[in-house]
Amino acid sequence: MSNLAINVADVVKSFPSGDTRTFALKGATLNARFGELMMIVGPSGCGKTTLLSVICGTLQCEEGMLSIFDHDLRKMKDWEITKFRCVNVGFIFQQFNLIPTLTAVENASIPLILNGVPTNKAERRAGEVLAEVGLGDKLHSYPSQLSGGQLQRVAISRALVHEPRLIICDEPTASLDAAAGQKTLDLLKSSALQPDRCVIVVTHDNRIYHFADRIAEMEDGRVIGIYDDPKDYHHA
Amino acid sequence: MLAIALKMLFRDRAKYAMLVCGLAFCSLLMCQQISVFCGIMMWTTSTVRNIGAPVWVVDAKVEQANEVIPMRQIEVERVRSVHGVAWAVPLYIGIEQARLNDGSFQNVQLTGLDTGTLTGRPMDMVAGRIEDLRLPNAVVVDQVAVEKFRRKGIAIKLGTTFEINDKEARVVGICHVARSFLGQPYIYTTFDRALEYAKPSRKQLSYVLAGPVPGVSNEELAARISKLPGLRAITKDNLFWTTIWWYIKNTGIPISFGTVVLLGIIVGIAIAGQTFYLFVHDNLRYLAALKAMGARMHTLAAMVLLQAFSVGFIGYGIGVGLASWFGNSVLAKEQPPFFMPWQVPAFVAIVLILICGFSALIGLIKVARLEPAVVFR
Ligand SMILES: Nc1ncnc2c1ncn2[C@@H]1O[C@H](COP(=O)(O)OP(=O)(O)O)[C@@H](O)[C@H]1O
Ligand SMILES: [Mg+2]
Repeated sequence: MSNLAINVADVVKSFPSGDTRTFALKGATLNARFGELMMIVGPSGCGKTTLLSVICGTLQCEEGMLSIFDHDLRKMKDWEITKFRCVNVGFIFQQFNLIPTLTAVENASIPLILNGVPTNKAERRAGEVLAEVGLGDKLHSYPSQLSGGQLQRVAISRALVHEPRLIICDEPTASLDAAAGQKTLDLLKSSALQPDRCVIVVTHDNRIYHFADRIAEMEDGRVIGIYDDPKDYHHA
Repeated sequence: MLAIALKMLFRDRAKYAMLVCGLAFCSLLMCQQISVFCGIMMWTTSTVRNIGAPVWVVDAKVEQANEVIPMRQIEVERVRSVHGVAWAVPLYIGIEQARLNDGSFQNVQLTGLDTGTLTGRPMDMVAGRIEDLRLPNAVVVDQVAVEKFRRKGIAIKLGTTFEINDKEARVVGICHVARSFLGQPYIYTTFDRALEYAKPSRKQLSYVLAGPVPGVSNEELAARISKLPGLRAITKDNLFWTTIWWYIKNTGIPISFGTVVLLGIIVGIAIAGQTFYLFVHDNLRYLAALKAMGARMHTLAAMVLLQAFSVGFIGYGIGVGLASWFGNSVLAKEQPPFFMPWQVPAFVAIVLILICGFSALIGLIKVARLEPAVVFR
């Protein structure tokens, strides 16, 4: 086993647009190590979300090398990728995507249920994780009864509840105010990050750059620079 | 995940209520209309069911049970002469005018039973004895007569007298039989006296009722009697269905009811299909999130199907329940007639399964086309 959790190289991905195709990724190369929080930054439309989608297998790329935990996603069948994602990936979305008709604990238990854990056990475990992120008294609240910061903590609980090795966050602070954004990243760093896990955060929120262990800068479908210390990355 | 699917459905109160109401309304409409239709069709066969004889012999031109072409009385003897006939008796049926003591008129369905055997007698006597028909001027009236006369202020009891075509009739019994198609009361008397009540005519035999000897089936007997020139013999069951089909083919009844049933189906598909589409549409984002989180397509399909069919099941239960309640509350009055054999709820169930399947299918197509990557947007 290599010490690279994620190793992608020369990934090309295009979308049809009219008669031609727009290239969202034009040979992106990136790796992430176990135990690190890798941040992908860059201007809007540069391909950050697309790269994230290719890494977790919700999009398939046309060219390039794709090794996630030593699995070659490109050689796996559709259902194998889905299964792989179910076990290994935790998601945190900008829009939270919590189901409005389910309580916090029900929402947070979904990944366990998808992995075949019985509902009562799954909800007990989800309750514990929610308590760890400070929502022990909100287990049975519906999303409409929670603030943005609380919603993102429910989403973090949902991403962590099945102890995945890869946690993927797309603009996790974009819908939050500064304080809630800081708290979210604090939580991600303290509870999500483990020696055998890898956290990837896509953002263009410069207030949270300092949480990164490394920063990958993207532009126009390519990774144009890797910074081993976030202080080295000075965004204009 | 199925429990989660149900929570998503039940807690979306507005859409859930809309779905259940739409489907309940649709099943109620279909169930109620088809049952009333069946009730009316049953009315058309009341005489056949009330008399209940195994084989009916009529003039060869008769098409259905409510059509009477009088025959000569000698036909009874001709039927008796057919090999395999155990018994054959005459039956008179005719619309006659009854005049009440207050001078008002009422059309009645006069039924003259074979004087010797009273074959075709009503089974359910509410008062009096059918055998008393053999007393002078005796008649037995049905519950409809009691009801109709009561509305005119006359209480029919044993011993009440009225006139049929100016000849006295005395009530010796009250029976309960299936109501006639046109709602005219059944008045039972003997064949011989029926001919006295009826206006004189050369041919006065309405039906010959016959039964087979052991070992000969009703069908076989009917086939043999039908070989007699000018006569047609038909089994009870056959006459029942022939009559119903005659009304289906020759009247506007099925079309008017069919239109309402079709309307019910369309309303069901429109309301349920559209609301369910909206429900799935509003949840697409979350279904996509589930897909991203590793839910397989068959899991999502099962969720959508379960949601569609559980509202279908609940709506069906409410609709059929309401229809039965409606039926029960009108059954006593028979206005309108209501008859719900098991085929009616079964048919409605099939239609509802199709509606829900169709709704679920639309939802599933959307889910299948779903790119899990949309959740990042
Ligand atoms: N599903 C899609 N269909 C067509 N074009 C897309 C699709 N997804 C992304 N793109 C295009 O690919 C480019 C990169 O998009 P994205 O990865 O979302 O950028 P970012 O997340 O960095 O803002 C954009 O030009 C966008 O318009
Ligand atoms: Mg993006």
